[in-house]
Amino acid sequence: MSMTEDTATPKRPSGFWSYANPVKFLGLSERVLPALWGLAALSLIVGLIWGFFFTPDDFRQGSTVKIIYLHVPSAMMAINAWVMMLVASLIWLIRRHHVSALAAKAAAPVGVVMTLIALCTGAIWGQPMWGTWWAWDPRLTSFLILFLFYLGYIALWEAIEDPDTAADLTSVLCLVGSVFAVLSRYAVNFWNQGLHQGASLSLDKEENVADVFYIPLLVCIAGFVLLFLALVLYRTGTEIRLRRTRALQAREARL
Amino acid sequence: MTALLRRDLKLAVRAGGGFGLGLAFFLIVTVLVPFGVGPQSELLSRIAPGILWLGALLACLLSLDRLLALDWEDGTLDLLATSPLPLEAALSIKALAHWITTGLPLVLAAPVLGILLNLPTAGYGWLVLSLLLGTPALSVIGTFGAALTVGVKRGGLLMSLLVLPLYVPTLIFGAEAARRGATGMDPLTPLLMLAGITAGVVAIMPFASAAALRVNLR
Repeated sequence: MSMTEDTATPKRPSGFWSYANPVKFLGLSERVLPALWGLAALSLIVGLIWGFFFTPDDFRQGSTVKIIYLHVPSAMMAINAWVMMLVASLIWLIRRHHVSALAAKAAAPVGVVMTLIALCTGAIWGQPMWGTWWAWDPRLTSFLILFLFYLGYIALWEAIEDPDTAADLTSVLCLVGSVFAVLSRYAVNFWNQGLHQGASLSLDKEENVADVFYIPLLVCIAGFVLLFLALVLYRTGTEIRLRRTRALQAREARL
Repeated sequence: MTALLRRDLKLAVRAGGGFGLGLAFFLIVTVLVPFGVGPQSELLSRIAPGILWLGALLACLLSLDRLLALDWEDGTLDLLATSPLPLEAALSIKALAHWITTGLPLVLAAPVLGILLNLPTAGYGWLVLSLLLGTPALSVIGTFGAALTVGVKRGGLLMSLLVLPLYVPTLIFGAEAARRGATGMDPLTPLLMLAGITAGVVAIMPFASAAALRVNLR
């Protein structure tokens, strides 16, 4: 099934939904991507250098605190990537826009890498602070479970040959998985009290990370968000082109 | 609906011993654990509730690929999908049949295997109760996994990867209830949570399973 059939519909959608048209989507992403890459690189370079070299050591944790500039943004993006996949899956199930399904597919590997970065930096940070690489703490365990969900999701995409069937099934899995991921989060909380500190970046709390760490951390988070957006746009473009190539090859073969 | 249930039960009991395999697997796992961790009875009685829960869960998981695969191959599922019975109901019945042939025997066998693992006396009732409440959820969630992967050739391993993370909440609350019962603590909270999960899953999951199966039958 060709991707450009959507354009033949008599009433052209406008606004946000018009980008469900792959041609328009590719046009936009090509215009936006250079700026996104640039901004992501800029804020990551500024944030990381600022964080690593121009912030004081913590009085208890020493210089190990600086891994926070990788740990917290990647952990946030690991969860946000799943939320984005959930939204994209819903859009695919309800409105049948191929771009949306492909965006969900494109986001999964990025999300799994973010989860891995969060787990690894957490282990590296945990070793000097808690004296152990791993503990069955609720937050750590939830992340491990999230990692498993990502693996299953990607494996299901890979296993099914027909692209529309794969998109449908992975979307259903993403919906069900989201419910169970939240359930697991609370179950794990119930199961074990942990070592990990509570949320330290809330906007409405008295006790937060001190400002010297907070501002470069925000820059790093912005960098990770931009990087994620750029990667997902880029990968979605690749998926669209890949599918178009397949459609062309199929047409060639028929002639 | 009763006809479908009766048919599934008959097939499970008659077709090549699929009925007893789950039980035998449960027995083997339980026997292997002391070889792995050593024969000290205090250690065994401490981990017994968790091991029995885990064994029951794995036995459930292994029998899932028979749940829909045979009906998929001989076209029964297509007939079911076109029959006046909603696919959601058909899948609920199939999950029920799976529970009666796999889950229920496991529940009944668990106390016997508990003796092997030196389960404390106080724990037997709670173990059986928690398994009785929890195994229906395992069957229903497993039906969803089977419906997702029924179109994939040799999808058994993939199905395990998809289903096991979904089993996490059930396992946590079930094993926790059995553990608390065995150590003399109050197991009511995890039992209620477990019952809640089972009730919710039984109510909602067939819709997801049916959606997945419809995609596969398209």
